Amino acid sequence: MAVLPIKFTKTKRDRLAQVLWVLNWISVVTGIILFILGIFLKVEINKRQDLMAERQLQSVPNMLIAVGLIACMINFLGGKICYDCVDTNKFLRWKLVMLPYIICTFFFTLSVLVGALMCYSMHGQLEEALTVGLRDAMRYYKDTDTPGRCFLKRTVDLLQIQFQCCGNKGYRDWFQIQWVSNRYLDMSQREVVDRLRSNVEGKYLMDGVPFSCCNVNSPRPCIQYQITNNSAHFNYDYQTEELNLWMRGCHQALLDYYTNIMHSIGLTVLIIWLFELSVLTGVRYLQTSLENVLRQGDPECESDGWLLENSFVETARSNFNIIKHLGKFNQISSNGDPNIDKPSTAHYGPDNVPLKPLPTAS
Amino acid sequence: MVLLKIKFPFQKRVRLAQGLWLLSWVAMFSGAITFAMGVFLKTELHRRSEVMHSMDIHIVPNLLMAVGLASVGINICAGKVCQDSLDPSRFPRWKTFLPPFFCFSVFITSLLLVAMILSFALQPSLEESLKIGLKNGIRFYKDTDTPGRCFQKETIDRLQIEFQCCGNTNYRDWFEVQWISNRYLDFTSKEVKDRVRSNVDGRYLLDGVPFSCCNPASPRPCIQYSLLDNSAHYNYEYQSEELNLYNRGCRQALVNYYMGLMNTIGPCVLFDFLLQMTILVSLRYLQTAMEGVIGQENVEIETEGYILEKGVKETLLETKEKMKKILQFAQVGDASAVTPDTQPDAEKPATA
Repeated sequence: MAVLPIKFTKTKRDRLAQVLWVLNWISVVTGIILFILGIFLKVEINKRQDLMAERQLQSVPNMLIAVGLIACMINFLGGKICYDCVDTNKFLRWKLVMLPYIICTFFFTLSVLVGALMCYSMHGQLEEALTVGLRDAMRYYKDTDTPGRCFLKRTVDLLQIQFQCCGNKGYRDWFQIQWVSNRYLDMSQREVVDRLRSNVEGKYLMDGVPFSCCNVNSPRPCIQYQITNNSAHFNYDYQTEELNLWMRGCHQALLDYYTNIMHSIGLTVLIIWLFELSVLTGVRYLQTSLENVLRQGDPECESDGWLLENSFVETARSNFNIIKHLGKFNQISSNGDPNIDKPSTAHYGPDNVPLKPLPTAS
Repeated sequence: MVLLKIKFPFQKRVRLAQGLWLLSWVAMFSGAITFAMGVFLKTELHRRSEVMHSMDIHIVPNLLMAVGLASVGINICAGKVCQDSLDPSRFPRWKTFLPPFFCFSVFITSLLLVAMILSFALQPSLEESLKIGLKNGIRFYKDTDTPGRCFQKETIDRLQIEFQCCGNTNYRDWFEVQWISNRYLDFTSKEVKDRVRSNVDGRYLLDGVPFSCCNPASPRPCIQYSLLDNSAHYNYEYQSEELNLYNRGCRQALVNYYMGLMNTIGPCVLFDFLLQMTILVSLRYLQTAMEGVIGQENVEIETEGYILEKGVKETLLETKEKMKKILQFAQVGDASAVTPDTQPDAEKPATA
């Protein structure tokens, strides 16, 4: 009892083949879109590599790039097959290839789905990478004379300006690290020495932030130093002042930015997956209806197309048996199954026979 | 004496018509691109209109947009004419339309050259406009509570950050302006009172700049205040310090940016101009060659094509005569429609 059978007249078959040809070419374009999306994501992650700790973030864009390329190739082949299917003679060429092609494409669409789901699951890894990466970047902000870290100040400043954020979770993160290098601290001054002595690790901590935290929308010139000291500035109350610095943390800002990108890409990949699946269904119907035409012998007749010849359970059972027999083929069988134990007709000479003078080759 | 005569056998005419039809499609796209570039330039100028005093420079994108649109129309007509020229029975209906069409097209195409020349000629005007606009922006930086000027602080800050520049000519422009509003100055403090008294206008001037002048590429945290005082900061010398603030002035940065834009657009506009002129010249040849064919029995004869039937001077004189005749005809037409009572009035234009 076939699964979802549909009757196909000759014209309907031809129409289906032509439509599938066009759809396969559209799928080639969507494959290119997947490839481009993968490259875009790779570039975006690499741009902020300095701010992300080492995690397996490159797997998602690599997967998208690979899937995009394979989609192009598979759909190009599918287009060629569908183009030839209009003519029953040409279909004979592809007859043996079509079923493996459909199975491969089915597994490939599964990998497209996996790619889409990976986009959504990247969130957790990203959050971890950003937390550690931003914390380290802020810690090395002052090390502009250390090779390998000298660019971090510029990176963090540009990040805070562009994403309108300050610190990791908020501006107070800057109070807990020393972001002014010792090269620019006058150790002979009392104030500096006091600050250094005021904590265990001897760090110069203060309630100030770098200039890149300043909010451009503030009506007053930016207050970066002595932020928590109301008396240091005229007409200033740090608890109510909201426009002076950026209130958002960079961790949240970057996470939102990347989550938006990932969700858009994930949605696009899901839509492409649905499209590929529908094209695959069409190709399956085309294949089964053409095979039935060949079985009936008359190219002009009406035939049935289906997804599976028997129901799911029977098909699964028969496939399982095939796989079992494939496994048995490797073992020496004493069942006497003529198909497996058919003796070889090649004249290699009989086995287990005592040495005799060699007969001449026949 | 014919100007630039070329002989056209039948095959050459057909080839010319076909090639011209194809070229007119290319020129249509080129016209659309010119329009798009005009739109882009206008939006870029509009974005920074708050720091520009006059809108003189806007004539360049306006011209580009107008010419782009017109050239799309011109090229559609040219394509139609080419199509019809292959059929001698359909060609005659274009006869009266083509001469004014040519004059109009040449005028429109020359506007492209005018736009290119203007983009260079108006550079001093742009610079002056930016100078005044930036001066006002810096002057009104502190007036975030005055309606109509409250956005200046944000505009100038964003501009300095985006274009990596500081002040009008350089960062010292900020020393001459009070950029901190009186609302945030403690007038009971001695320092404030001293500074305000130190100049005639009673302004709070200081050797400091806003935070948006800070250069992120500097290895040390930004020094914005007491810039000229070496002793106020450890290990600091303002004469040799180059990375602390942006060295460029915003006027220079903006002029460079816009000149760069126009220099990129320039070659495309030049290409469009040359393409358009090629099409018009070829169309003129096609028209004159086809005019030799009209009325003939055998359409495959060889004809001559030219740009002008007579020399340049003679053509100009002829055109002047034609114009005079048309004007006179209009006047005489008015006079004859008028009743005999007002005839003395009709006499007047003739004697004027």
